[in-house]
Amino acid sequence: MPRLVSHPDEVKIVSKRFGQGAAQIDKYIELGGYQSVRTCLEKGPEWIIETMKASGLRGRGGAGFPTGMKWSFVPKQSAKPKYVLVNGDESEPGTCKDHLIFLHDPHTIIEGTIIAGLAIGAKMGFIYLRGEYRYLLEIMEKAVADAYAKGFLGKSIFGSGQEFEIITQTGAGAYEVGEESALMESLEGKRGVPRIKPPFPAVVGLYGGPTVINNAETIATVPHIIAMGGEAFAAAGSPRNGGTRLFGISGHVERPGVYEMPMGYNLKKLIYEVAGGVRNGRKLKAVVPGGSSTPVLLPDEIDIGLDFDQVGKAGSMMGSAGVVVIDDQTCMVEFALRTIKFYQHESCGWCIPCREGTDWLKKSLTRFHAGFGEAKDIDNIQYLAENMLGRTFCPLGDAAAMPTIAFVKKFRKEFEDHLNGKPCPFANHAQIAVL
Amino acid sequence: MSSETMTVFSPQLAARFDALVQKYPLKRSALIPMLLYAQDEVGYLSDAVIAEVADRIGITELELRNVATYYSMLRFKPVGKYHIQVCTNISCMLRDGYAVYERFQDELGVGPTGTTPDGLFSLQEVECIGACSWAPAIQVNYEFHDELKPDLVPGILDSYRKKDASAKGEKNA
Repeated sequence: MPRLVSHPDEVKIVSKRFGQGAAQIDKYIELGGYQSVRTCLEKGPEWIIETMKASGLRGRGGAGFPTGMKWSFVPKQSAKPKYVLVNGDESEPGTCKDHLIFLHDPHTIIEGTIIAGLAIGAKMGFIYLRGEYRYLLEIMEKAVADAYAKGFLGKSIFGSGQEFEIITQTGAGAYEVGEESALMESLEGKRGVPRIKPPFPAVVGLYGGPTVINNAETIATVPHIIAMGGEAFAAAGSPRNGGTRLFGISGHVERPGVYEMPMGYNLKKLIYEVAGGVRNGRKLKAVVPGGSSTPVLLPDEIDIGLDFDQVGKAGSMMGSAGVVVIDDQTCMVEFALRTIKFYQHESCGWCIPCREGTDWLKKSLTRFHAGFGEAKDIDNIQYLAENMLGRTFCPLGDAAAMPTIAFVKKFRKEFEDHLNGKPCPFANHAQIAVL
Repeated sequence: MSSETMTVFSPQLAARFDALVQKYPLKRSALIPMLLYAQDEVGYLSDAVIAEVADRIGITELELRNVATYYSMLRFKPVGKYHIQVCTNISCMLRDGYAVYERFQDELGVGPTGTTPDGLFSLQEVECIGACSWAPAIQVNYEFHDELKPDLVPGILDSYRKKDASAKGEKNA
């Protein structure tokens, strides 16, 4: 069972029901649940979208697109049915926040999905969980059944005469499916290869109908915004970055865990105070700030506020807010190799620069880490990664290239230390078997 | 195909599949869940499973195989009764996930990827399973075990051996 953590600096909005048994529908109702959706049924779609815009909520999957604006792009009139699609395919290494939402507060996902449906005029929502999250899917399925039994879902939700259905769906192992158009392909029973855009999902999405796709955390935040008001939520965060976010901290810290911090919270403080600093009294070497696809930061680059804009300004990305902390005993060549091994495994093979690029990077880094590298390989690795950037349908190519470029640029000396047949200078390296 | 005709699945699963193909606006959306649930029961996607699921969805076996080969959890060969999936991705690697993986290899004697001769356990290295803050983590079938250390490995294996023995005991009783 995932351990829950707590720190006085946390501002618990999305996580406030964690550990309180809110997966039971009666407990959820007792804790104020399903009030927001009633408010929304009264106030109507325009009010919902205005509230969401005022909240400053930006997509928690990683791209940071303003949620209210995304919802407003869906055409009011549509010949085809409209859909809400909740992305619970959480697969970015370093990220485990949605895991806790599904475990502790599944009804907030249901409530948020209904609200999104009311906002865009959809009558059906899908909640897609990655295949590995079977026990969470079962929790989610029970929550949906309980909501149907109470009349919160179905032909006339809350006796309003409005219809809303929710269907849960499982994936079967594929990082790529976390990309929104690949997610729709997978939900349609196909290989999860991305679609070309435009058209955007808001116009032509699932089954060809206008579709809003939101990350599970984004959807889970919605009922709280309705309850507290858009402005109050915005005020909890930093400028242009409304509210709070679930930060999953992992790696070499004393107290890893998922902490809910206000947007703009200082990264250095998050590592040293909230997560207790680097474990075993070691020194910090590097931080991956937002999941494995985000460029690595050096210790002197982490005195920044954690929001989409400030992390961007520091040359990286806030991504999925999975903060991976790396100590000074870690070989960065090996870390780069393990990162690219993942992307090579997950590349769907549709776009050549990604399919071939990740494979060549993995081969080069494997050879390099084994001590068979040549000086020119260092530049070649960077050159190869740079030529993948922006040349693929979906962001997976960039997700593989961006961190690789940063590893080479920021840790060039460690690459050079592996040259001329020298063994990896770090004693306790992991012996990555490349199969 | 209805559950009354010839099926490779249990009556419960066949009935579940009858319902599943009605659940979505488009029948084909049931494909990936069906493959996974079929695999849970049969152990892998055998030729017979593929033929029946393709028939139920109304696509060719070739189309089905084209989709199924994309998803890493779907497999075309049997694995052990308890399939151990060890995450070694970055967050787990930093907290000795590889040492946990190596300990499983030593305890089971099956190498990096393999099945024990009695068919009880199989081992596989997997990518991120979404338990990064509780690393290192593994899944045995769908069960998570987190905050692991190599020394916890024998105990985990024993717990599944006991589970298997008691399941067999119930069967024979």
